[in-house]
Amino acid sequence: MHSFISRFSQTSAQSEFHRAQAFTTDEGDLASSDAAWGSQAGFGNLSHGIPTFAIPEVADPSAFLRLHTNDSENPDCRIKMNHGTTTLAFCFQGGVIVAVDSRATAGSYIASGTVKKVIEINPYLLSTVAGTAADCQYWETYLGMHCRLHELRNGERISVAAASKYLSNLVYSYKGMGLGMGTMICGWDKTGPSIYYVDSDGSRLKGNLFSVGSGSTHAYGVVDQGYHWDLSAPEAYELARRSIYAAGHRDAYTGNSCNLYHVEEGGWRFIGNYDISKMHYEGPGDALGADGTGYGYDIRVKGHSSGDN
Amino acid sequence: MSRTPVSLPQQHQFNPYSENGGTILAIAGANFSVIAGDTRQSEGYNIQTRYAPKVFRLTDKAVLATNGFAADGNMFVKKVRQRLEWYRHAHARDMSLHAIARLIQTMLYQRRFFPYYVYNILGGIEDDGSGAVYSFDPVGSYERETCRAAGAASSLVQPFLDNQIYFKNQTAPPGSAHPTHLPLAHVLSLVIDSFTSATERHIEVGDGLEMYVVLAKGSPLQGLDTIHGVTELTNIPGGERMFVIRRSLKRD
Repeated sequence: MHSFISRFSQTSAQSEFHRAQAFTTDEGDLASSDAAWGSQAGFGNLSHGIPTFAIPEVADPSAFLRLHTNDSENPDCRIKMNHGTTTLAFCFQGGVIVAVDSRATAGSYIASGTVKKVIEINPYLLSTVAGTAADCQYWETYLGMHCRLHELRNGERISVAAASKYLSNLVYSYKGMGLGMGTMICGWDKTGPSIYYVDSDGSRLKGNLFSVGSGSTHAYGVVDQGYHWDLSAPEAYELARRSIYAAGHRDAYTGNSCNLYHVEEGGWRFIGNYDISKMHYEGPGDALGADGTGYGYDIRVKGHSSGDN
Repeated sequence: MSRTPVSLPQQHQFNPYSENGGTILAIAGANFSVIAGDTRQSEGYNIQTRYAPKVFRLTDKAVLATNGFAADGNMFVKKVRQRLEWYRHAHARDMSLHAIARLIQTMLYQRRFFPYYVYNILGGIEDDGSGAVYSFDPVGSYERETCRAAGAASSLVQPFLDNQIYFKNQTAPPGSAHPTHLPLAHVLSLVIDSFTSATERHIEVGDGLEMYVVLAKGSPLQGLDTIHGVTELTNIPGGERMFVIRRSLKRD
């Protein structure tokens, strides 16, 4: 508990480094800990109660990390982490809609086209992944663990506000150290449906509609012109799909496929996976809310002898 | 005339990383998994050795392939094996594959601010008997997939695999569908073709090829007995079976 308090009583990156260095410089001390022998639910590095991280012993560890990992500042850097995204979430009369693309890029290479950018924290909470994939995956899984602990300690589910604030405080304590995540915590609690936007700069915003990532501007363009509170569920699905499709079409870092989720009072539900190229030519198939026509191709070339744009 | 000595600030850069080339690859089948890697280790244009394994057996049903900085890779495998041994002592059984995958995530993320420069691919058999492949980025982001290539020639091999395994940009003949899982003999020939082709076009790939095959409990040999150069590594009869197939690649 003392480590927890000292953790949150200060937030400067430098003191964070000293704290981490004081704890450990590697996993070495894990060997002497009894906790390491048992099952750690996958979080074996939590034997101190909070995660500890190895820090290079240089004057400015953040600069070291930037030098080797930040591909915009240093294109020859060796360690390429997966980036790039469009994610979208909005509240409406029927709950929360969450839609994301599935592309992961490392520089200009498409590292994967089948990424799960919606993390299922528990049956009532979803969070989206934008930015450094590992940061989002790790900390949102970690958040899921603490949401469960909250349930066990308090006998009731954690609110979306509390869960998002937990994550926000957590990543804020690493501010300046190079984390990069932009996430939306979406869920249904006793106050109803809600969305919080949380990022690694420390922002935490409540709202009805957010889009995050390199293709967010394109997605906003579509979702804003079609959004209203009284949308039916099929209309909302179609709007979310079209928004991710638009981003996939115009943003090179977005693409492959769209994953769609719906959060209702009884928890979240996976609606479907839709190929973005297929949506362009044929539409999303017989999906709920779709009218059976393509989103892009026919409306552009109909009546013309040829054309592919 | 006297000149005051000019002292420039001396700068030191801490660069603990190197790139040792090579390529790794894993493909999951319905009841088997193939994990392969070449054995060349190089630094720049200099070949350091023609036999440095990049594929490592972790348990009776899990194999880990590493690529990137060899020193980090070897150290990482050593530490994963140590954690798996502790797990065996604590629970009297081997860790299951999905748990090893999560362990690798947390171990990589533990070094988020001083990363291992290693791309990992974990292959093996899941508790339900299905073949599985997990791929990781250097700081621990991971995903279960059917196939994955990583390393120097990943951009040459992955598109080939997308076409031959996922049938991307291929249209099935009318009235038929693409198979969801390929037979072992077919997968092995794809792996060999991937590496011979990568060897032809990438200077950092070559010398030798090691292919680990993990067969689910009770599944037939699927032609493994007729292939030359197979060594069986199975420890306990009646469980998952493990084989390694070694081939030579061009050495120029």
